[in-house]
Amino acid sequence: MSEQKIDGFELKPGFKGMASDTGSDQTMFKGVHWGKAMMWIFLLSDTFVFSCFLISYMKGRGSTIVDWPNTSEVFSLYVGGVPVPLLLIAIMTFVLITSSGTMALAVKYGYEKNRKMCGWLILATAVGGLTFVGMQVFEWSKLIHEGVRPWGNPFGASQFGSFFFMITGFHGFHVSIGVIFLFIYTYKVFAGHYESKKRGWFTKMKGDYVEIEILGLYWHFVDLVWVFIFAFFYLW
Amino acid sequence: MSDEYDNNKSYQAQSSEVIDGSTGSVNPDIDYVRPAEVGEQDLYHGHSFIEKWVFCQDAKVIGVQYFLTAVFTGIVGLILSWLMRLQLGFPELAGFMTAEHYYQFVTMHGMIMVVYFLTALFLGGFGNYLIPLMVGARDMVFPYVNMLSFWMFFVAVAVLMASFFVPGGPTGAGWTLYPPQTILEGTPGSGMGILLMLISLSLFVIGFTMGGLNYMITILQARTRGMTLMRMPLTVWGIFTATVLAMLAFPALLVSAIMMTLDKVLQTSFFMPTILKAGEVLEYGGGSPILFQHLFWFFGHPEVYIVALPAFGIVSDLISVHARKNIFGYRMMVWAIVGIGGLSFFVWAHHMYVSGMNPWFGFFFATTTLIIAVPTAMKVYNWILTLWRGNIRINTVMLWCLGFIVTFVNGGITGIFLGNVSVDVPLSDTYFVIAHFHMVMGIAPLMVIMGAVYHWFPLVAGKMLHEGLGKWHFWITFLGAYSIYFPMHYLGFIGVPRRYFEMYDSPYMTSAVGMNEFISIAAFIVGAAQFILVFNIIKTLKTGKKAEQNPWKANSLEWYTSTVPPEHGNFGERLPVVHRWPYDFSVPGAKDDFIPQTTAPSEVIHTEVEKT
Repeated sequence: MSEQKIDGFELKPGFKGMASDTGSDQTMFKGVHWGKAMMWIFLLSDTFVFSCFLISYMKGRGSTIVDWPNTSEVFSLYVGGVPVPLLLIAIMTFVLITSSGTMALAVKYGYEKNRKMCGWLILATAVGGLTFVGMQVFEWSKLIHEGVRPWGNPFGASQFGSFFFMITGFHGFHVSIGVIFLFIYTYKVFAGHYESKKRGWFTKMKGDYVEIEILGLYWHFVDLVWVFIFAFFYLW
Repeated sequence: MSDEYDNNKSYQAQSSEVIDGSTGSVNPDIDYVRPAEVGEQDLYHGHSFIEKWVFCQDAKVIGVQYFLTAVFTGIVGLILSWLMRLQLGFPELAGFMTAEHYYQFVTMHGMIMVVYFLTALFLGGFGNYLIPLMVGARDMVFPYVNMLSFWMFFVAVAVLMASFFVPGGPTGAGWTLYPPQTILEGTPGSGMGILLMLISLSLFVIGFTMGGLNYMITILQARTRGMTLMRMPLTVWGIFTATVLAMLAFPALLVSAIMMTLDKVLQTSFFMPTILKAGEVLEYGGGSPILFQHLFWFFGHPEVYIVALPAFGIVSDLISVHARKNIFGYRMMVWAIVGIGGLSFFVWAHHMYVSGMNPWFGFFFATTTLIIAVPTAMKVYNWILTLWRGNIRINTVMLWCLGFIVTFVNGGITGIFLGNVSVDVPLSDTYFVIAHFHMVMGIAPLMVIMGAVYHWFPLVAGKMLHEGLGKWHFWITFLGAYSIYFPMHYLGFIGVPRRYFEMYDSPYMTSAVGMNEFISIAAFIVGAAQFILVFNIIKTLKTGKKAEQNPWKANSLEWYTSTVPPEHGNFGERLPVVHRWPYDFSVPGAKDDFIPQTTAPSEVIHTEVEKT
């Protein structure tokens, strides 16, 4: 980190810098927008939510009396009569990770005040998220057709369906909330609310392109959580 | 040094233009405070009655809303405890009460008092009101989210109260809601009651998260110029640490509530093992009830400190102000708060010694539990050393503080009993446990709340509460609370189990009858005594004498607002600039026995103030 100055306060790198920021007045995270700090702390709290879900899942899977279903069979798609394990999940993951990329670019163009590019990239992210949720709906309906229910399934331990629907559902809910906000912010960016300093509908506060970065933090988090769900649920 | 220090004007002090009241000297070198990093906060002032008092974005109004809603639920909890005591002391008078009713009252009393009363009161009530004022901010950093937080809490309370009126009534599973009995037929309120409870808890967590983010960011990122973390009043430290705990502990509650809701509604088996009922195997199977206990107590134990830490912080400030002495070992107090907060995440399974655990886990959790006694004892010693040779004013506020210290030590010592596995096993699920946790996290924090109400009422309402009534309130509550809980320790030792509707004819239980009657009478009196405060508040609002600004001669920023009670925006045109900690009381060489945080060093250059 290069040395920065915020209102005459020299930001030093490393541990010493952290200590001096912590010991200073006014702000602990120098130059960090309130909203951005809030999002980080919210995500920390949300991390605990997903950790509790995943740890419960591990505990539940470890203590069932019936065998756990073979996930590479349950989650396979038939392509020309040949089962391809995890095909759908691979595509879903690819789409979601790609949308993280477009989100990062949107943040970059936002800070460069390139309104058009920023707007299009947020829209692309939203479409990516929507595609992900759509594929998740497809996956759910396929499994439901095969008889998987929250209270039981034909493949093995009943907890499989319980944890599957609960955890992917909770994650899908996060993605859906994100998609709604992405569409709202697409509108806000294209309509130029940040340039005209238009006040928010509810909060009555003026916005800034930093909001795109805050939204991006949330979106990357949702992606990261998916990686863990992918690893623990589909690969294990 | 300031001879005629005008504290009404102190909020106008600016770093470079501090003018000494007596000599008129300006000393920019030693009075330097860095310029503001963040611009003025953009505040939305309400225009209509609804925007000013109902859906209000001002943290102070939100704090009062939280306070009143929490007190309402607290009164419901109090009435439930009366009903319980009526059954235990005088069962012949409680003919209307069935065992199911009793379990429902026990459950709702516990949940209401811990979550909806104490947590909401300390963090939602005192947190909202005091944080922005004490750190020198205009408002919370996200006023709109803050407003949503209160209304989410309000809905949570409404849903909770609705469970009294649904078929089957509220849940009667005990406040810990242990599965599998919680959601099985035969437990009172296993239908709609438990469902509403779980929904209400989830709403509470969501609402609290919104508030908690506000408290944390306001403290971390919106302090005024000169306000370093180590110059914050301990009240803010206590509330801050409690908020951090809540942000990390409530997720476990949310997750367990979601999973149990699914167990209830969709017949999943997260927590439900294979169950035989009247010879028939139920649909459930393969789940782990112990998992719920782990999740619940991972929330439940930090929850104890979510209630206790704000009380620790507030009482430190009250003692310091009313003993006219700086808090002894401020930094140690801060680190003790943080240390207790951190340790509280590693002790949860001491609630589960009898649940069936590997003995090594019991050993581990007993060790961590007893380690918590170290920072806690530091705090108690520091409170006592703060009082030592202080200029103590025995007013109502100080009485509550002294009551707190005694009660807290009492409850803490029985905590050491219960922290040890071998002592806990025979004592668990007896009245000893009831006595322990009511002393340490019921009565003790409540005494702080009472002290805080008497202390800050002049700020909130601009009028002084009646001292005489306050002392009556204190003495009845203090002596009464000991009359209730001291005998309970004994009941625990003779083995009276908690949560029993009646003691039947068990011979050794009959010796507890007289004591139960005594406890019940004391409980009725103590409960009734709380209405002295309600009466005092109503009377004071109508006819009380007007409070001068800063009646207690305190140093912290909340007493140096532009108007009393403070208006939206708190500090008038200019935010205060802070030069010192809030504990400069009785400084040798100073004219007054207090030096406000806003006083510049050049004004008190001949005194022996500590560098903070």
